[in-house]
Amino acid sequence: MKRIYLDYAAATPVRPEVHQFIKPFATDNFGNPSAIYLEGRIAKQALEQARESIAKNLNCRPHEIIFTNGGTESINLAIFGVARAYKKFFKKPRLITSRIEHPAVLEPMKQLAKEGFDIKYVSTNKFGEVNLLELKKCLNPQTILVSIMYANNEIGTIQPIEKISALIKDFRKNKYLPFFHTDACQAANYLDINVNHLGVDFMTLNGGKIYAPKASGILYKKNGLSIDPIIFGGGQEKNLRSGTENLTSWMGFSKALDLTQKEKNVEIKKIKQLRDYLQKNILKIPQTFINGHPAKRLPNNLNVIIADIEGESLILELDKAGIAASTGSACHSHSLEPSHVLESLGWSREKIHGSLRLTLGKYTTKKEIDYVIKILPKIVQKLRNLSAIKTTK
Amino acid sequence: MKKTANKKNDLVKNNIPWIYSDIVKEHFFNPKNFLKSEEEKTFKFNAYGEAGSPACGDLMKFWIWIDPKTEKIKQCRWRTFGCGSAIASTSILSIMITEKGGMEINEAKKIKPQDIIQRLEGLPDIKIHCSVLGDQALRNAIDNYLKNK
Repeated sequence: MKRIYLDYAAATPVRPEVHQFIKPFATDNFGNPSAIYLEGRIAKQALEQARESIAKNLNCRPHEIIFTNGGTESINLAIFGVARAYKKFFKKPRLITSRIEHPAVLEPMKQLAKEGFDIKYVSTNKFGEVNLLELKKCLNPQTILVSIMYANNEIGTIQPIEKISALIKDFRKNKYLPFFHTDACQAANYLDINVNHLGVDFMTLNGGKIYAPKASGILYKKNGLSIDPIIFGGGQEKNLRSGTENLTSWMGFSKALDLTQKEKNVEIKKIKQLRDYLQKNILKIPQTFINGHPAKRLPNNLNVIIADIEGESLILELDKAGIAASTGSACHSHSLEPSHVLESLGWSREKIHGSLRLTLGKYTTKKEIDYVIKILPKIVQKLRNLSAIKTTK
Repeated sequence: MKKTANKKNDLVKNNIPWIYSDIVKEHFFNPKNFLKSEEEKTFKFNAYGEAGSPACGDLMKFWIWIDPKTEKIKQCRWRTFGCGSAIASTSILSIMITEKGGMEINEAKKIKPQDIIQRLEGLPDIKIHCSVLGDQALRNAIDNYLKNK
């Protein structure tokens, strides 16, 4: 049976153009970019061309791009890198983030809380928009970093990054702290990633979400800002990310980013049409509720609460029917904790257990969506028939 | 060349194990003895019990018919809100208590989560505490019967 993959927010396939592009770097041009002989120089040149291409797409300078092995690593580098470099100047250094960040942000924050940092978590409204007034109130002279995601991975809500950076700039006046980092892992396919427009000091991108190989990513670090490394070794990436350059994947990242930026407008239109069609039809199932902002939301994201059923059961049934999807239910996670994002929107735990996330991608077709529309109501009915909770009849 | 590669790929896909045992799979996809909506008014029961909470992600309800003479469980129906292993564990429990002419309520009260897990040929560690609540729902039903006797 042909599978229907609707979890593009979790992982994307490497697109054929990218796969073709990176093949020679896996086999022929495999040299270590740090070596001075021919093989090394070839690799080095390729890597620097990739860096230039990325810089062009971000409207920044090549030396502002630090290659990493993915989103989590970039975020850790930004947060721990800033925290460790500036800790010594403050009595109780403060870091500000939101309640709906990815664990790659929240877990470093938790760790830094243990190390004596003062962490503030800004709340959101029911659409998942960060409360800017609250954020403003959290800023104090001890604040060294604000980290707010660009678009949420679960519900797709887009934050007003330009407004937040303006707010921070207004606060810091002629000083250079606090810095502003945004996790743009989910945003790169659909939103403006021009760092000048956004006004950010740091930005994380992840190859695994843009049809490049997994374990590839970058951290944009604004010219002149100094941070500490978190990985120590041979001093690659200007001493900020030691370890032999992951050439094949990083080449893939640059190619994929270039393609995704070029195709953005066409893709948005196509994917939003499919998503809206899916959403309209899912809402025909009684007792279903869409999460995220009605308008300010990634065009490929559809997160819905389905009352009276539990997400893991739903995922297992969908999987059997050939559909790959995701849920915010506790029973689906390593931690057995329900989605912190949906909790921040104000949903009860019972309802969160019944959440379903469908994220569309480049290769999603109308035919696939039609199949989901046909099969999902049947599965929901089956599980509702079994369910000990009956708010629906 | 390409053909063999594809075949190999299929083979890999086909051999991917499911996340639970085969018996969990059977009872999750084809649950036995759950209370169908058309049975709501017709199913005869003399004991009812429930366990769990919707907030925790599991709620189980048991309706049972205990033969007053023999005190054996003759019929049972259930409903579960929960994950795959929660649904499967309630389904298998409904078999355990009604098979071989029905279990005596004194025996049924002694059923432990481990007994259910054994019949399911195991569950992932992380699921053991949260998803096997059927024994509690059953005990509550039997207590309810004894109280009203």
